[in-house]
Amino acid sequence: MSSVPVTAQTAGKAAARAATRRRNRGSRATRAAQRRPGWVTYALLGIALLISIFPLYYTLLLGSSTQQEVSQNAVPQWLPDLSLFDRFATVINASQINFWKALMNSVIISVTASLAVVLFSTLAGFAFAKLRFAWRRGLLVFVIATMAVPTQLGVIPLYILMTDLDWVGKLQAVIVPAMLCPFGVFWMTQYLSSALPFELIEAARVDGASMLRTFRSVALPAAAPAAAMLFLFWFVMQWTMFFWPSIVLNSQNPTLPLVVQSLQGQYFTDYSLVMAGIFLVTFPLLVIFAIVGKQLVAGIMTGAVKG
Amino acid sequence: MTALHTPTPAPARGNPDPAPRRVGFTQRLSRWDVKLAPYLYISPFFILFALVGAFPLVYTAYVSVHEWNLLGGQGEFVGLQNFTDVLGQAIFWKSVGNTFSIFVLSAAPQLALAITIAAVLDQNLRAATFWRMGVLVPYVVAPVAVSLIFGRMFADQYGLINAILGGIGLDPVGWHSDRFASHVAIATIVNFRWTGYNALILLAAMQAVPRELYEAAVIDGAGRLRQFFSVTVPQIRATMVFVVITATIGGMQIFDEVRMYDPIGLGGPSRNWMTTVLYLYDVAWGNQKNFGRAAAVAWLLFLLIVCIGLINFYLTSRISAADGDRSAVSRRRTQALIAQAQAKARAGSQAEAPTAPLPTHPATPPDEGPPDQAPPSPGRTTRSTTDSEDGGRG
Repeated sequence: MSSVPVTAQTAGKAAARAATRRRNRGSRATRAAQRRPGWVTYALLGIALLISIFPLYYTLLLGSSTQQEVSQNAVPQWLPDLSLFDRFATVINASQINFWKALMNSVIISVTASLAVVLFSTLAGFAFAKLRFAWRRGLLVFVIATMAVPTQLGVIPLYILMTDLDWVGKLQAVIVPAMLCPFGVFWMTQYLSSALPFELIEAARVDGASMLRTFRSVALPAAAPAAAMLFLFWFVMQWTMFFWPSIVLNSQNPTLPLVVQSLQGQYFTDYSLVMAGIFLVTFPLLVIFAIVGKQLVAGIMTGAVKG
Repeated sequence: MTALHTPTPAPARGNPDPAPRRVGFTQRLSRWDVKLAPYLYISPFFILFALVGAFPLVYTAYVSVHEWNLLGGQGEFVGLQNFTDVLGQAIFWKSVGNTFSIFVLSAAPQLALAITIAAVLDQNLRAATFWRMGVLVPYVVAPVAVSLIFGRMFADQYGLINAILGGIGLDPVGWHSDRFASHVAIATIVNFRWTGYNALILLAAMQAVPRELYEAAVIDGAGRLRQFFSVTVPQIRATMVFVVITATIGGMQIFDEVRMYDPIGLGGPSRNWMTTVLYLYDVAWGNQKNFGRAAAVAWLLFLLIVCIGLINFYLTSRISAADGDRSAVSRRRTQALIAQAQAKARAGSQAEAPTAPLPTHPATPPDEGPPDQAPPSPGRTTRSTTDSEDGGRG
């Protein structure tokens, strides 16, 4: 068995690091044999990068100008200036916007939902990949089939349900539906079926570990890399979610995307302020992306699906 | 102690072993543990699915055949009245037309652009991770924010796009007044967010194409363009189908972008860019507050998505089948060749774990399933785990 997580389990962390290094050395050698691309490639990529970040830069430009300038000039200036921070302060202090509360709510919703998705998916994935039970195949096919169902279309009964529970306007109305992620179950099943050898589970059982202990001490550590990617993926998904929160929450108890909506509602004539607010709302996720973007890229390239 | 009498049965085997003569309490407990654990482990997901996934969808059907209002609650049974009402409304049909128009305008350029970006990224780049993160930046910006920014850039007056058009001597376009132009603008918003994301998925598929194929193509005298169309494209076809299908499911449910495209958020003065999901929202929580009708809209849209999905599926599998015969390097042939080579290698050297192919031997074909397997196939998942690990450092 040569997968790195397995090495980490059987031979310790240092051995796993060594295995990763060994594994990459080969690929680097082949890659070095490939020729380096020329400047045209980098020029094209540069253009793609510029297009990617220009809209955000544009919010800074408009945010640095006054309402008057924005309404008369498409590009009022080419560089942002310090007046941007006045706009930020206005947005943060505006009584109708609830910026800090929205930030807190977004963090609570995204973290809770993602943790739940990771836990439930790992549990189910472990069972589907490594345990034998009646209806295993049928249930797994069912999970995969649900991935194609647009559950978004069930919003009306979901809203009726939330009204009956008296959850409308409360965070749990967003968190509980966000804990459902059929893709996560599929993803962890795939990963664990290859990353966790039966021998390890059997060894744990022979040592007298209960099923719960087996899950916690054998399956969970082996699932960690895939679990981290699933967490990131779902975190971004929930952080940017708008449709359902806009129905079930309100501007007194918003998430960050709802703040964008209130901004437009409150200040739609003052685009300078709206744009500054948009940057402010986007900024937290940009910071997170700068730190863990590499893992997010890896996760998407490992076969993530947009939901 | 009990373990001394009879060895603990291996948990992962299906057939129950013959009952031991003396069964201790601990042992019996352990038995139940093994039997029940799988169901306990999958139950959180299925309970949640029943509550917030299956129940709402089924209950939508129930709501759709009743008179039901946001404030008044459940009313009388009205049969198919809600459906006929919805089908009789011109705005419903306009919304369906808008949805299709925006979807087509976004899907095709998005796929073409994503493939191009992926092909550019699929080289021996310096700072590869940096460039990959660069194209992914739009993905972490919330769609509502993207929509507001682009809504401003596409403003009819003093908007950036019209300023640029004016600069090169073209007439300004009524991005918020002309129906088709508004669809182009909204499709641009959708594309902005998803192109980089899809490019990374396609890039992962491209990196799994065996490098030997390119070497063979070079020896046969193929240029870079020819390599791309005769090797890369046929090899990543399954992933392309997958991208198209997910784009379809998403494209039929566009909401955020159109909701924030103008300050009122109901598809413009003459509902020029009202999509069907926005229409659903408007019927349920907008002016009508009519849940019965909105549920009917949801079901109609659901059927529509299923139909499109089937058509899509049929077309793409037809196209890939037809192309597969024509193309120089078909997937099936590659797979056969690879299987042969693998068998040879395995016979020769020590067997290597089949589950985790080393990146040096990109031997596992990119997607093991036939192109009709839309969700990522087992092959894809395991393969690219290793793939991206090395890619991140490359």
